[in-house]
Amino acid sequence: MGFTRVYDYVAGKLDWLAAGLPTEGTNAMRPRAADLARKDVPTGRPDEHLEDVRARVGAAGWDACVVVNEARVVLGLLRAAQLQGDPAARLEAVMRPGPSTFRPFVSIEEMARFMIEHTLESSPITTSDGRLVGLLRRDDAVRAAHRGQERGGGGGDQ
Amino acid sequence: MPQEISREELRRLVADETAQLVEVLPASEYREDHLPGALNLPLRRLESDAREVLTPARPVIVYCWDTA
Repeated sequence: MGFTRVYDYVAGKLDWLAAGLPTEGTNAMRPRAADLARKDVPTGRPDEHLEDVRARVGAAGWDACVVVNEARVVLGLLRAAQLQGDPAARLEAVMRPGPSTFRPFVSIEEMARFMIEHTLESSPITTSDGRLVGLLRRDDAVRAAHRGQERGGGGGDQ
Repeated sequence: MPQEISREELRRLVADETAQLVEVLPASEYREDHLPGALNLPLRRLESDAREVLTPARPVIVYCWDTA
């Protein structure tokens, strides 16, 4: 047909969405997990001591911390209970390893529903290669989903 | 056979060589979400319509949902 340079993006739209990259279309106007995930969530390295991280997390006004490696790949999660552990312990010893993570493109309604059903107070949002995008709080997701339902548009207004 | 490329190569081809993006999924899926600037040519229309809507001199990148 005269086309000499034809390429196949084999990983496809799923890969693009999972990377949190922008799209066009009707869904692009609706809030997704990445839109509401808090990008300022404190992070810590697995070999840090809890007392150091606890001070940093508290000073930032948080009660959670995501444990990541040098590439920001999520390794674990510290919630309020874990943050109260032995101050001398390393994060890798007290963190909840391998937390459930979600991709940036998941709709906020779906996130709210899942977090309520599974009583998750927060969930890390990660790219397809496991890198941290931010931490989505259930309250934020539920509030946005509720606003979307009130407007009848199936999405929030964040 | 089209050459397989990664996300990074796609972005480079679009930015540097004004490559044309073509989503081959059905129109309903395209309407919901597509890559910025992508055209929609569902697979069954690809052969018949490609010459009408695409420029042969520019690179063409096709994609669907994933590798499946």
